[in-house]
Amino acid sequence: MPEERSVLLSLKGLRKTFDTQEAVSGIDLDVYAGEFLTLLGPSGCGKTTTLRIIAGLEMPTAGAVYLDGQDITGLAPEKRAVNTVFQNYALFPHMNVYKNIAYGLTMRNTPKKEIAQKVAEMLELVQLTGYEKRMPSQLSGGQRQRVAIARSLVLSPKLLLLDEPLGALDLQLRRSMQQELKRMQQRLGITFIYITHDQEEALTMSDRIALMREGKFVQLDTPKGLYERPQTAFAASFIGETNLISATAQAVKDDEVLLDIAGFDLPCYDSDWITPGETLLLSLRAERLHLSCEPVNTTCWVSGELVESHYAGGERSSTIKLPDGQLLRARSTTEGEREPTLGSTVYCWWNKEAGVLVRDDREDA
Amino acid sequence: MTTRVKVKKHQRTREPLAFPMMLYAVLFVGVSLLYIVGLSLMTRGADFTAGAPYGLQNYERIISPLYVKSLLQSLRLAFFTALFCMLLGYPFAYFMAKASPKARTWIMMLLIVPFWTNALIRIYGWKILFSTSGPINAALIGIGLIQRPLRLLYTDFAVQVGMIYAMIPFMVLPVYSSVERMDWSTVEASRDLGATPLKAFLTVTLPMTLPGVLAGLVLTFIPSIGLFFLSDLLGGSNTMLWGNMVHNELLKSRDLPFAAALSVVLLGLTGIVILIYRRMGGRAESMVF
Repeated sequence: MPEERSVLLSLKGLRKTFDTQEAVSGIDLDVYAGEFLTLLGPSGCGKTTTLRIIAGLEMPTAGAVYLDGQDITGLAPEKRAVNTVFQNYALFPHMNVYKNIAYGLTMRNTPKKEIAQKVAEMLELVQLTGYEKRMPSQLSGGQRQRVAIARSLVLSPKLLLLDEPLGALDLQLRRSMQQELKRMQQRLGITFIYITHDQEEALTMSDRIALMREGKFVQLDTPKGLYERPQTAFAASFIGETNLISATAQAVKDDEVLLDIAGFDLPCYDSDWITPGETLLLSLRAERLHLSCEPVNTTCWVSGELVESHYAGGERSSTIKLPDGQLLRARSTTEGEREPTLGSTVYCWWNKEAGVLVRDDREDA
Repeated sequence: MTTRVKVKKHQRTREPLAFPMMLYAVLFVGVSLLYIVGLSLMTRGADFTAGAPYGLQNYERIISPLYVKSLLQSLRLAFFTALFCMLLGYPFAYFMAKASPKARTWIMMLLIVPFWTNALIRIYGWKILFSTSGPINAALIGIGLIQRPLRLLYTDFAVQVGMIYAMIPFMVLPVYSSVERMDWSTVEASRDLGATPLKAFLTVTLPMTLPGVLAGLVLTFIPSIGLFFLSDLLGGSNTMLWGNMVHNELLKSRDLPFAAALSVVLLGLTGIVILIYRRMGGRAESMVF
């Protein structure tokens, strides 16, 4: 339960304006000790600016930053128990691996012996023992990345900020570094605030994800919550593949809303902001849709013309045209299916909880 | 293995393209240098001629208190020129690189425009500034700091100031180009890791811009030894720099071989400075801005 954990970092009403452009427009956030929190969003959504404000590299126009209950808003970066792994690593090109990692300790006037011991520990942690004398230019991208992490971790910060640390790596290395980072974070118990625009990375690594758009949080939730119960159309479409189908609320009863989609009566779990008669968006994940050539005996189903269908091994990706012209994309399993023919009527069904009503914020952008 | 082969291939294809440049270097630099060295081994004849006997007699003449003193004086002047150009030029270049693009263009203009004026005219400007009734003395008397005008013109001080003035762009430009190329995220990283702004400058910015500083030191030091018209115009009778020596032997004494020998010494000095520069990791590219 996050409520029981102590809050390490608090952002209160954070705003940042560059010239006339507002990069961060009012962010409130509590980050718990030991948490892996991800800021996810398209480029230019203000996630890097938020991170730079926490690091002290940028002054907020308004709002405050609290670390361990202390207001650190005006504190210089060198006075914060926060360290950053920069997007391009920002290793010191004129220093070897050892000196890069030892830099922070040197600044703290740590005794030489202790530095040597701690650097050795870090090199072991990031599996770079024996690379002490190498210059950054002699390292591969993945190795530079690990030096950058070691350089920050050696100071045992309370909070580690990572700005797209895997962005420059190729896919395979990325995947293995993701796991490595997550393991490291859990082992050391350090709080991570992690920036990425890769939704898969966010989903697999994070305890919580803050989905950002235009300087604001769209949704702050667990990976599962964000994926299964998106609150807005943006959240639903940014993560995973989804269908946003317009529907009309016919009636609201207990915890259920009866929707009308292209003439089909479809029940759906309620969201408390709905009034009957309203036009809404229903988010239906493509892979949660099932396809059948015969009528099905379930509560949630629609039928339509199959206009496109591709066999892709384990799954089939199809497009179904509903009677009112809306298109539905489905990625159904091919296991035991009867191959549908284009132009025929197919039945598409889903479990009731797979349909999520979302607020339409597509026009906001 | 494959990469090595590739590199070799690449170099080979580039060689013919470098040929005209090499021909140019051999013809205009190599041949004239050899000519000077050959000349330095001859004896003067009448009216700008030189011939036998051949030998090291000119170099023997150089090893005398007069020339040693001149050499030391030149080196000292060049050293302080390079030093002050660095102390004044680095901050200038640093803030120029950090300035907004618009401001940068203006500062660059201020730096370059004087170059469009003849160097001699600019030196005459200094003569006026330094003269007994010139603005510097007038100002110092005006604020009551001194009673009688100082003797500024025709002193080593005047030569030194003029030299720094003439050389400072050669410090500013390479430093500017290395500061401009800085990856500032490394400075942010150093702050993030606990460095104060001063420490971040000393441990990151300065070492990372050192190639520019080294290039600037070489580019200001070497010409300072040879510049003769500055000390001719601003210096006193006992300011005899190496450049003046060469100049005098060539045009006044008309001793071509001896002037050549003096030049060879200057060349040797330049070579040593460049060698030290290379040893310290300096690269020719840093001198191109």
